[in-house]
Amino acid sequence: MKDDVAARIAANPKYQKLKSTRAGFSIVMTILMMVVYYGYILLIAFNKEWLGTKLGEGMTTSVGIPLGLGVIAFTIIITNIYVRRANTEFDALNAEVVREEGRK
Amino acid sequence: MMTQTTRNTLALVVGLAAAGAALAAGADLGQTSKQATNWVAIGMFGAFVALTLFITKWAAAKTRSAADFYTAGGGITGFQNGLAIAGDYMSAASFLGISGLVFASGFDGLIFSIGWLVGWPVITFLMAERLRNLGKFTFADVAAYRFSQTPIRSFAATGSLVVVAFYMIAQMVGAGQLIKVLFGLEYQYAVVIVGVLMMMYVLFGGMTATTWVQIIKAVMLLCGATFMAIAVLYQFNFNPEALFAKAVEVHAKHDLIMAPGGLIKDPISAISVGLALMFGTAGLPHILMRFFTVPSAAEARKSVGWATTWIGYFYILTFIIGFGAIVMLTQDPASYYVDGDIAKGLKGGGNMAAVHLANAVGGNVFLGFISAVAFATILAVVAGLTLSGASAVSHDLYATVFKKGNADSAAELRVSKITTICLGILAVILGILFEKENVAYMVMLAFAIACSANFPVLFMSVLWKDCTTRGAVAGGTVGLLMSVGLTVLSPAVWEAVLLNEKGSAPFPYSSPALFSMSAAFFVIWLVSILDRSAQASKERAAFLAQQVRSETGIGASTASAH
Repeated sequence: MKDDVAARIAANPKYQKLKSTRAGFSIVMTILMMVVYYGYILLIAFNKEWLGTKLGEGMTTSVGIPLGLGVIAFTIIITNIYVRRANTEFDALNAEVVREEGRK
Repeated sequence: MMTQTTRNTLALVVGLAAAGAALAAGADLGQTSKQATNWVAIGMFGAFVALTLFITKWAAAKTRSAADFYTAGGGITGFQNGLAIAGDYMSAASFLGISGLVFASGFDGLIFSIGWLVGWPVITFLMAERLRNLGKFTFADVAAYRFSQTPIRSFAATGSLVVVAFYMIAQMVGAGQLIKVLFGLEYQYAVVIVGVLMMMYVLFGGMTATTWVQIIKAVMLLCGATFMAIAVLYQFNFNPEALFAKAVEVHAKHDLIMAPGGLIKDPISAISVGLALMFGTAGLPHILMRFFTVPSAAEARKSVGWATTWIGYFYILTFIIGFGAIVMLTQDPASYYVDGDIAKGLKGGGNMAAVHLANAVGGNVFLGFISAVAFATILAVVAGLTLSGASAVSHDLYATVFKKGNADSAAELRVSKITTICLGILAVILGILFEKENVAYMVMLAFAIACSANFPVLFMSVLWKDCTTRGAVAGGTVGLLMSVGLTVLSPAVWEAVLLNEKGSAPFPYSSPALFSMSAAFFVIWLVSILDRSAQASKERAAFLAQQVRSETGIGASTASAH
């Protein structure tokens, strides 16, 4: 890509909107994932007893199991939420940027 | 044989305590003892080979240019690629190793499966579309986009080859150990079978064949594991509480399997292993290469979406399978335990829990199926590794560094094929050399290098304007050397391989990632900001164009651009 083309696209408000919205969204999602995962790991490192607590009177299943499976489910869901938003909303915006560039 | 198996089981337990993360993470299946020849399993594997060779023949007709060879011409869909990525990731180690870990200590198995999964969202959010928009054949294309080609390509190719080598040795040794237990054949057969078949897939079918082998294997593994999990849950009317209650009743550790055990000892190891798994995935060359096989950034995102879904689902299955094995194998100790004595451990070692469970729920034919799938898994992963190693040599070293970008597609393709043969032969030799060695640390090391050398360079070159060639090469090299050095000084190598006194390891943590990855980022930053060369200002000036292309995909290499 020629530098002047790049500079022109970079000045396009739609491109700027695409870049900042998507960056903001991916950073928030990354932080969420890190908090959930490292939170879980630190719980294991510092509070094993609580994770071993039973879910209810007379039950065998401990708190850690639904929590652990929950982290797996969370990972799957958060990834697919990002993919869906990026492939619809962000890609639509991206297509506009590309189309406007094509007219120039 | 009995004493040997007992010794192996003991070694496994000791290994678990010492190596912690490394063992469960690695493809290392420990030393195994040869079992009776299993003709059903061999027959099933033969059928898999016949099918995959047929596909290779079909793929060979389509593999003409270098682009076909490296990326299947960019014609794989997001869904297919997602399955192939999942196939690359659901190795024999994660299937047998994690279900074996759940079988041995319950809850702890879950900790690892989570660690293996959490890298995927991060790749999705930060890397997937940028990789697709900037890259063509290898991850070095992305890292070197605006940099001086020779140094950065040489570094990236080294990083790729080192990661591939360690990952490959672990897989080859795993294949040899598995074939003894699963098929009842000699170790050397496995190494040669894997070497020869993998060369055929890659040589003749390139990325198209490698991808389809991976997809077929992934579907077989997912179907087999789903059947096993359903068979287990069916026994308990689909009530997990009943399954856990019964497992706690029959397991030697009783209620301890419901809580975290000794796998995570100190928070530093925990975080360090977590980092290696999370960011290492984003630096594995055979995974990164998959982003170039799809036609667009949207399909690249879909691939990771599907890959994460399948891998997460698979880990939930292994958890159920591990608990199912606890309950069902103890009901028939005579069939599954050494001398029918539960205290002596499983026949064939602790990683055989899923394989024995296959027999318990589906009889001999299903056992054969699962054994064949487990072996096919290694074969497919090795093919992917070889292809990524071959592209690092032919595309990065030969075409770009040696020929300065003036190599024609045919010559480049020829170099890839020669490299494939060399890597195949090398893999067989290494597999045989390392037969008796403890390779438990190797996959963990591959992840540590990937997250300390490849990932920081990739990440900074794509996202940080002021990053320069010098900074990237210096930081990446520091990360590479430090991750290898600290691993040698860690208990997994210092004590378990070099046999120094227990507790004497100078680096006490399970993974170097926290230190080596931070050092890599720091050095990239420091050297880059100190870099005042004319080349550096050119590279900074080129960032805008790179960023616009990485965000919009304008100018990205397309399926037909070859």
